[in-house]
Amino acid sequence: MSAPRRPTDPSGLERYYVLTKGRSGPGGSASTLDVATLVIARDVPTSGMQHEYEEILRRCREPLSVAELGAHLRLPFNILAVLLSDLLEAGRVDARDPVPAHDVGRGPDIALLEEVLSGLQRL
Amino acid sequence: MDFKGFDQPGSTAAGDTRSVKVMIAGGFGTGKTTMVRSVSDIKPLTTEETLTQASAGDDHLIGVTDKAQTTVSLDFGKISLNDTLMLYLFGTPGQERFWFLWNGLFKGALGAVVLVDTRRLASSFRAIEEMERQKVPFVIALNIFPDSQDYPVDEIRDALDIPSHTPVVSFDARSRSASRDVLVTLIRHLKDRSAAALEPR
Repeated sequence: MSAPRRPTDPSGLERYYVLTKGRSGPGGSASTLDVATLVIARDVPTSGMQHEYEEILRRCREPLSVAELGAHLRLPFNILAVLLSDLLEAGRVDARDPVPAHDVGRGPDIALLEEVLSGLQRL
Repeated sequence: MDFKGFDQPGSTAAGDTRSVKVMIAGGFGTGKTTMVRSVSDIKPLTTEETLTQASAGDDHLIGVTDKAQTTVSLDFGKISLNDTLMLYLFGTPGQERFWFLWNGLFKGALGAVVLVDTRRLASSFRAIEEMERQKVPFVIALNIFPDSQDYPVDEIRDALDIPSHTPVVSFDARSRSASRDVLVTLIRHLKDRSAAALEPR
């Protein structure tokens, strides 16, 4: 008897459907994910884990934006967001949204703008 | 908004690294990707959003063959401002009519640079309108191409109907230092706006 074979790699939409188990968008916490949200792994990949989850955990040992993850994993944003929502719910990654220049509660963040400015001036 | 699971205090794994984002907008062919490439620390990357007519809810079979499907791409780059602060630059898709489909594209952005090709002013009208509509603070950067005529900045400002408090600068998007200076102009503009907002009335 031959060893069980991995299913042939589905491409395009079929692949996305399989990856997300048919979900077209993230629910819960991941619905606020931004392209510039930083993802940080809190956990190491475990054996038998779906390949994409493993890749996310491996690449996010250092904080990485959702956009960079999408580019490296060649996954569209909404598909990646579904996978990230699974990892967020399982507590295996943290997500940190980009800092706005103006916070609804606190007003403008001048210190942040100063920090951005001095960073740019050092380039 | 639901922030559950985000930025939980006490999570040391997250470290102190934060991100900020700036949008690079403008009409098709105005040099958005060129500017991102000039100033980015990394080779610019592309991320995509696949848009379908299916509703956003769960458990929909996405990409059923008869659903209309569109891909919107964002070119982006990254600048390490210091050890714990990353600036992400996103070049907006050339087809402004798709911007609204990319949910919250401008949300949380510090501001935007709107690139203008002075040979084709009209190509950036839509981008400027969109910034005003979405209340995204912006500066106008005239990307000077080799065969661009040398118009006085004020003439362009009038033609584009840009209010006097919005900076209009000209630069060469192929130059790293010139692109950096445009970003500096944007951040100074944001600081001025914030300072004005904080002044007692």
